[in-house]
Amino acid sequence: MNARYLPYVLITPVALFLCVFFLYPFFLVARQAFGDGGSGFSLDNFRDIFSYWKFNTTLTNTLLLAGAVVPVQLAMALLMATMVSRMGKGRDLVLYIWTIPLGISDLAAGIIWLAIFEQSGFLNSMMVGIGALDRPANLLTYQNAGLVFLAIALAEIWRATAIMLVILVAGIGLIPKEYYEAADVFGASKWKQFWRITLPLLRPSLQTALILRVIMAFEVFAVVAALGGTLFPVLMGETYAYQFDLLNSGAAAAMALVILAISIVATLIILRALRVPKGATI
Amino acid sequence: MSQTDQVSANARKAGRYLYIATVVFLCAWVLVPLYLLFVNALSSAEAVNSFPKSALPEFNLGSLSFFAKFQGILDALKNSLIVATMTMVMSIAIGAPAGYALSRFEFRCKATFRLLILMTRAFPLPLLALPLAIMFIRTGLDETALGLAFVHTTLAVPFAVLITFSLFSGIPLELEEAAWTLGCTRLTAFTKVVLPLILPGITASAIFAFVISWNEVFAAAVLTIENRTLTAFLLQNLDTTAIHLKFAGGFILVLPALIFIFAVRKYLFAMWGIANR
Repeated sequence: MNARYLPYVLITPVALFLCVFFLYPFFLVARQAFGDGGSGFSLDNFRDIFSYWKFNTTLTNTLLLAGAVVPVQLAMALLMATMVSRMGKGRDLVLYIWTIPLGISDLAAGIIWLAIFEQSGFLNSMMVGIGALDRPANLLTYQNAGLVFLAIALAEIWRATAIMLVILVAGIGLIPKEYYEAADVFGASKWKQFWRITLPLLRPSLQTALILRVIMAFEVFAVVAALGGTLFPVLMGETYAYQFDLLNSGAAAAMALVILAISIVATLIILRALRVPKGATI
Repeated sequence: MSQTDQVSANARKAGRYLYIATVVFLCAWVLVPLYLLFVNALSSAEAVNSFPKSALPEFNLGSLSFFAKFQGILDALKNSLIVATMTMVMSIAIGAPAGYALSRFEFRCKATFRLLILMTRAFPLPLLALPLAIMFIRTGLDETALGLAFVHTTLAVPFAVLITFSLFSGIPLELEEAAWTLGCTRLTAFTKVVLPLILPGITASAIFAFVISWNEVFAAAVLTIENRTLTAFLLQNLDTTAIHLKFAGGFILVLPALIFIFAVRKYLFAMWGIANR
């Protein structure tokens, strides 16, 4: 076959596939969200979801959760990645352990933390065991909104720090050792090296990690379903509820666009905040 | 030894202990919750529902056998396996050629194509399941494993393209050129020289695709109502089922993930190193 056409032949399947299952569905979801059941254009679906009493709680919950979880994860992932980069013996084992949650679904993560927080769970057993409580308390209830939030946040931190870790470890691996050697020669402390070399040169990886993670945080669904249920409504859960409990797929589509909109805004903010100066490479 | 040396040696020693303690703590942070799930899954239903909990498993298969006998769960497990296998095959079959094209050729739409691939990662993809649910009903793909596998492939294929791109880039073009001069065609050079070298990496990215599909909850719950996958089944029954069933289900969900991550651990970082760019 002519080598000139070969690359096009090779990418055609993926390109076609993504057009049918990625671009076209987005067009459909937008049409459905802005549609009125017929062929006209209307904002009724958005009016519907914005006027629903739960919407503000749902949005705040999602943003609060992302705001609480992502900075902690970023700090943890940075700490873990720098620790691993200095590690000699046992590096592979530690990295394997730290990346285990990468393969675990959000639903399983929710169930895992349920084992700790449920009424006859391990946290209660421990609290009663050390005498802090007389009898097991029902922790995940409406009265303990703070605890529900904490349980969900812990499960999210537990589950999704690994993805940032992997990206940052790979990113640190791309930074040439010479910079650190030079810094050593000039007597810069490890702390200073971290702030002056690692962080600035890690910017592209930080960008990727944060974008990926923040979008995942807005999509949080199964962890919440397993731990909080309806106690802690989030955007994705409400989208699911619109589709199945209320059988209102127009509103579900509108919700999907709201999630998409905040994802895009967050992506743009991260891209802007961590922009790599033009022409700068490692 | 002077006093200041002594002090700094002590400080270094303390720092070393702090370092080790932090590593151990972070390992425990990952492992202890997993262990607790295993304790629950490997205990009888009575033990799981009793109080207080023992920190050691009974090694009783009561919960797991109850899980296996629960109505519909084996079908759900089977569905999950089928969908994940289909996703794995499709994403490699269409992703790997594109990865090869990106690593070996300069062509006009390359930038646009890469943008399309990268764009998929900046969108909340599971939401696509909503319009696709309607599209699938029209085309008769609703409730089929293939329909769901299409959506999961959309999730997995960008990774497959980027990973195989990085793998192919790691194999020098000279190897292929040498094969051509020795009488291989492009195709035989690929199958005899490149493929054997790349196979372990391809396997790793196939496993990664499998895990993505195996773990996905939202699209699975939207697209399969009758033929639930395991995640969709567990999600649907979260409110109603007995608690030991949830833990057994969680255990079954986690187990393959542990093995898979172990199998692909060498490739994880190479995958992401390139995916950053």
